[in-house]
Amino acid sequence: MPYPSEFKYTKEHEWIKADGKAATIGITNYAQESLGDIVFVDLPKPGSEVTVGKTFGSVESVKAVSDLFAPASGTVAEVNAELATAPEKINQDAHSAWMVKIALKDANELNSLMSAADYEKFVAEEGGH
Amino acid sequence: MRYLPKSPADREALLRAIGARSIDDLFASIPPEYKLNRNLKVPRQMAESEIVDWFRERSRENGDGYARFLGAGAYHHYRPVIIDSLISRGEFLTAYTPYQAEISQGTLQSIFEFQTMICELTGMEVANASMYDGSTAAAEAVMMAVRLTGRRSVAVARSLHPEYREVLATYGRHQQMPMTPVGFAENGRVDMKALEQAITAETACVLIQSPNFFGTIEGVAAVADLVHKQGALLVVSIAEAVSLGIVEPPRQADIIAMEAQSFGVPLGFGGPYCGVIATREQFVRQMPGRLAGQTTDRNGKRGFVLTLATREQHIRREKATSNICTNQALVALMVNIFMTIYGKVGLRELAKQNLAKTAYAAQQFSKHAQVLFGDAPRFNEFVVQTSESPQAINSRILGHKIVGGLPLKKFYPELGNAALWCCTEMTTRTAIDTAVGLVAESEGSARPGAETDVEEVTR
Amino acid sequence: MKHITRKATRHVNQNEGLIFEKSSPGKAAWKLPPLDVPEVDTAQLLGSFERKDLGNLPEVSEIEIIRHFTRLSTWNYAIDLGMYPLGSCTMKYNPRVNEVVSRFDGLANAHPYQPEKISQGALRIIRTLSECLIEITGMDAITLQPAAGAHGEMTGLLLVRAYQQSKGHPRKRILIPDSAHGTNPATAAMVGYAVENLKSNAQGMVDVGALAAQMNEDVAALMLTNPNTLGVFEQDIHKIADIMHAKGGLLYMDGANMNALVGKVRPGDFGVDLMHLNLHKTFSTPHGGGGPGSGPVAVKKMLEPFLPAPVLMTKADGTLGFDYDRPQSVGRVRAFYGNFGMFVRALAYTLANGPEGLRQTTEDAVLNANYIRKGLEGAYDLPYATPSMHEVVFSDKIQAKKGVRTMDIAKRLIDYGFHPYTTAFPLIVPGALMIEPTESESKEEMDLFIEAMRFIAEEVEEDPQMVLSAPHSTRVSRLDEVAAARKPVLRWKPS
Repeated sequence: MPYPSEFKYTKEHEWIKADGKAATIGITNYAQESLGDIVFVDLPKPGSEVTVGKTFGSVESVKAVSDLFAPASGTVAEVNAELATAPEKINQDAHSAWMVKIALKDANELNSLMSAADYEKFVAEEGGH
Repeated sequence: MRYLPKSPADREALLRAIGARSIDDLFASIPPEYKLNRNLKVPRQMAESEIVDWFRERSRENGDGYARFLGAGAYHHYRPVIIDSLISRGEFLTAYTPYQAEISQGTLQSIFEFQTMICELTGMEVANASMYDGSTAAAEAVMMAVRLTGRRSVAVARSLHPEYREVLATYGRHQQMPMTPVGFAENGRVDMKALEQAITAETACVLIQSPNFFGTIEGVAAVADLVHKQGALLVVSIAEAVSLGIVEPPRQADIIAMEAQSFGVPLGFGGPYCGVIATREQFVRQMPGRLAGQTTDRNGKRGFVLTLATREQHIRREKATSNICTNQALVALMVNIFMTIYGKVGLRELAKQNLAKTAYAAQQFSKHAQVLFGDAPRFNEFVVQTSESPQAINSRILGHKIVGGLPLKKFYPELGNAALWCCTEMTTRTAIDTAVGLVAESEGSARPGAETDVEEVTR
Repeated sequence: MKHITRKATRHVNQNEGLIFEKSSPGKAAWKLPPLDVPEVDTAQLLGSFERKDLGNLPEVSEIEIIRHFTRLSTWNYAIDLGMYPLGSCTMKYNPRVNEVVSRFDGLANAHPYQPEKISQGALRIIRTLSECLIEITGMDAITLQPAAGAHGEMTGLLLVRAYQQSKGHPRKRILIPDSAHGTNPATAAMVGYAVENLKSNAQGMVDVGALAAQMNEDVAALMLTNPNTLGVFEQDIHKIADIMHAKGGLLYMDGANMNALVGKVRPGDFGVDLMHLNLHKTFSTPHGGGGPGSGPVAVKKMLEPFLPAPVLMTKADGTLGFDYDRPQSVGRVRAFYGNFGMFVRALAYTLANGPEGLRQTTEDAVLNANYIRKGLEGAYDLPYATPSMHEVVFSDKIQAKKGVRTMDIAKRLIDYGFHPYTTAFPLIVPGALMIEPTESESKEEMDLFIEAMRFIAEEVEEDPQMVLSAPHSTRVSRLDEVAAARKPVLRWKPS
C-alpha cells in the first residue's frame, strides 16, 4: 500500500499531517498489520498536552498493547470518537482512521520526521528481519 | 515412588534414546561444587495410611466439637455436600487456567456464571473471576481507584477490618499513597464529620466496610454523597458475603471489594479464601484479575473466553493493572455452586436466620453486659463490653468447649474490655444460652439499657 | 485425517446452557433447619437497609445443579485425563490423599482466630512444612503468607526494599532478564521499583558481561529464574551471585522451575538470597482451573527480621504460637496466615515422597523433558543447543515457512488428545513452543505426544489448512477473541 505523500512518519509507525498550525495523527498501515485486529484505543482527552517522542496513548489487540508516541508537541483539540466504538476502522484504513487532532506547538518539529519515500524504505528494511 | 509412572526398564530405555549413560549426564550443567551429595533432611517416605494418621493426629490436636462465636472476616456457615462432590471432579480439580478456551469451556462458563451472580448480589455491572482474598481485593481496589482518578490520597475507615488495613498499608507504602484513618462514631459507623474533613481534592477514594468490622451496617448512601461531591470514588469492602442476602448492597459504591469465603469455602485456618472485585462497566479496563467474556465460535455457537487480557501481567508486564496471575478459581467454583444452591430465595432465608440468631444473642448478652453500637442496624456480629477481660472470659469458657468472641483491645484500645461476637445459622440456642450464662458469672445481673426483647413471633 | 489419533476420539457430549436459563420460581436445592431462636421482623431490625429482592439469582433443584456442573466439567481438559506439556507450569499429578487429609474436620473447620491452645495441629503443620521447604531450598527462614507466586514475588521485593533501606537506601532499580515471566516486571512496579531489562546472551542465558556493566549501587536486586525459562541452568550462577553481592545487591530467584532442582541442588547453596516457591507447581497442589496457589518466600538469615508478621515461634512452654512483635517486619501481605489448605497438601506430598522420592521425582522430570527433546529434534527448530533440564523450548521457524505458527500447531495438538504446550513465551524465542512434561508422564503418554507432534509437523507440510483451522474435534471451534475484547459481554442478562 502506498504511503500518502502529504504525511510525515515516525520510526514508531505514527503518521502526522500538518495543516498550518494544526495537525492530524494516526498510525500507519504497517502498524495495524503488525498489531492484528485492534480491539481498543486509549486516547488523551481534548485539552491535554502531548510532547514529541513521549507516549500519548496506546492501541490494543487481543494479545498485545502498543504505546503511541507523539510525532510532535501540542495540545489535543479533537479526538476521533468513532474509534471508541469501532476501533476496527484502523485495520480497515489506517491512513484515514485518524486518532487525534492537535494544535501544533512548533511546526518545525516535523522537519526531522521521515517522508513517505523514506518511511517506505524504513519499513521494507524492518520487515526483512 | 508410587506417583511416578516409570519402571527401571522404562528409565533405561529413555536414557538410551537420549544417548545418556546415566541420569547424572542430564544434571551435568549443575556446577559440581553445588551438587547435593546427601539426602534432603525431610521426614522419611510415608505410606498413605501413615500420612492419613499423621494428619488425623494434627486434626485432633486442633480441637473438636467446640461451639464458636468467632467471625471477624472468616465465617462458619454450613457447606452443602454437593460442593465437594462437584469440585472434586478431576476435570475441575486438576484443570489448568482456561487460556485454551476450546478445552476449558467448563471452567469458563462457571466463571461467567460466577461473575453474573456477584453482579446481581452486589448491584454492580461487572465482576472479576476472583482475587486472593478480601484483604488483597480491598488493597487492589484502592489502587484501581488511584489509577482511575489520577489522585493519590486515600481515606480509610478505622471500622474496616484491622488486618485489611495492615495489608493496605503494605501495598500502599511504596506507591506514594498517603492514608488518612477516619474514626467511628458512637453508633459504630464511620464518623461523618471526621470523614468530611478527611476528604480533600487529592483524595482518590474512601474505603469503608459494610457490614463493618463491628457488624454494623454503614449508611452507604450518605457516605457516597460526601465522597462523590469531592470527585473521589467510594470503595466498599464486604467481609461477610451472606449479609447480601438480607442487607441492601452498597449500590452507590464505585468499586466493591468482597470476601466470598462465607459462600461455601471452608474456614481452613485462614485460607484459601475468595476475594472478588466488582465495579461499574466504565471502570472495567482498570480492574485487575481475570475476566470471562461471552463470544461465538466460527459456527456461531456461544462460548466463553478470557478477555481484556491486555490489562494483565503476561502482556502488560510492568504497566499491568496488577501482578496477579494465579487466582482462586477452584474456591470461586465452590462459591459459585453455593450461590446456585441457595439461590434467590435460599440466600435470603439463610441471611434471615443469621440475623435472628444474632439478634437473640445480642439481646441475651445485653442483660448482663454492655452491647455496643445498638443505635445502628447490624447483621451477624456485635461487640460486647465486659468488666472482666475478654481474654479471661475466653479462658474460662474454653473449658466448656466454647470459643468466645475476638478480644478487640489490641485493635481498638479505646473500647477497653470489648470482644467481637458472631452468630451464624450454625450457632445453636443452647450454645448461646450457655455462653451468656458463663459470661454472666462475672458480669452479674441485668444492666441498665439492656436491649429490648425481640418479639417472639409465633408460627 | 491421514493419521489415526490413538489417544483421543470423539464421543457424545452433553449440551448445557447457563444456569439462569434453567431457573424457575419455586425450585429449590436448599433447606434450612427450623430456627431455635425467635423469628425476627427484618423490617423492624433493618429498616431501609432491608433487601427485598435478590434479583436474577437462579432457583434450581439439586439434580439440576449436579447435572449442570457435571456436564460443564466434561468440557474441560485436566491432568487426570492426560498430559499438559505447559512450560514452567509443572502440571504434575495432584495426589488424592492431599484432598482427604485437608478435609479432616479439625483442620478444615479451624477458625484462624481460635485460641492457640486448640490450634497446635495447624501450627505443627505450618512448622513442619516450613522446615521441609527451608531444607529443600537451602535457606534459613520462610514466610508462608503469600497467596500465590506473584504475591510471593511482591513479598520478596518488599523484603529486598526493607533490607536495602536498613543498609542506607532502598535503591531504585530491579534487573530482570528479558526471558522472565510477566509477573516479575509487574511486581517490581508495584513495589515502587523501576525495571531495567537484562539482555540474554546468544545461548539464552544471562549475559554476565552485561550484568557486570549494568550492576551498580542503584540496583537493589536481580530477579532470576533458574533454570531459566528456556529450561537451562545458569552455569555462571556463582559469577552472577558474586557480581550482585560485590555491589550490595541481592539475588532473588523465581522458584517456578524448582521441579528441576529439588533434591539435586539448593538455591541457597549457589548464592540466592531469597526466593519464592509455587506450591501449585513443584509441590502438587491442584491448579483447580486457575488457583488457588501458594507462594512461600524463603530467605537467608539477614532478611529474617523483615518477614511479614506474624511469624511462627516455639513458646517457653514448648507449644507453638504466633509472634506479632516484629518491629522490622514489612507488614502483612494478606489477612490471616496464608493458604493453609495448600500447606496441608504440599506437606502431604512431601511426606509421601520422602528424600528419595523427591530426588527421583526431579530426575524423572529432567529425564522426561530430554526424552521429548530428543523425540522432536529435527521435526521442530531448536533455537538453543544448550542442555535442557525439566523443560525444552522449540520454535515454529520451520513451520512458519508454510504460514503455520505455534498457536496453530497448539490448536491441532488438541485434536490429538493433548492440552497445548505454552505458546509464544518466553519472549526471547519468537514463535516459541515451551514444553514441560513433568515427572508424572509415563513413557507411553510421552510417546503418544511425540508421535502427535511429528504427525502435525507432517500435516504442516502436506495439508497446512488442517492445522490452520484446528481444532476440529472440540465442542466449540476457535472462538472470536476479537469480538470478546471489542464489545465485552461479561455477565448474563435476562432478555
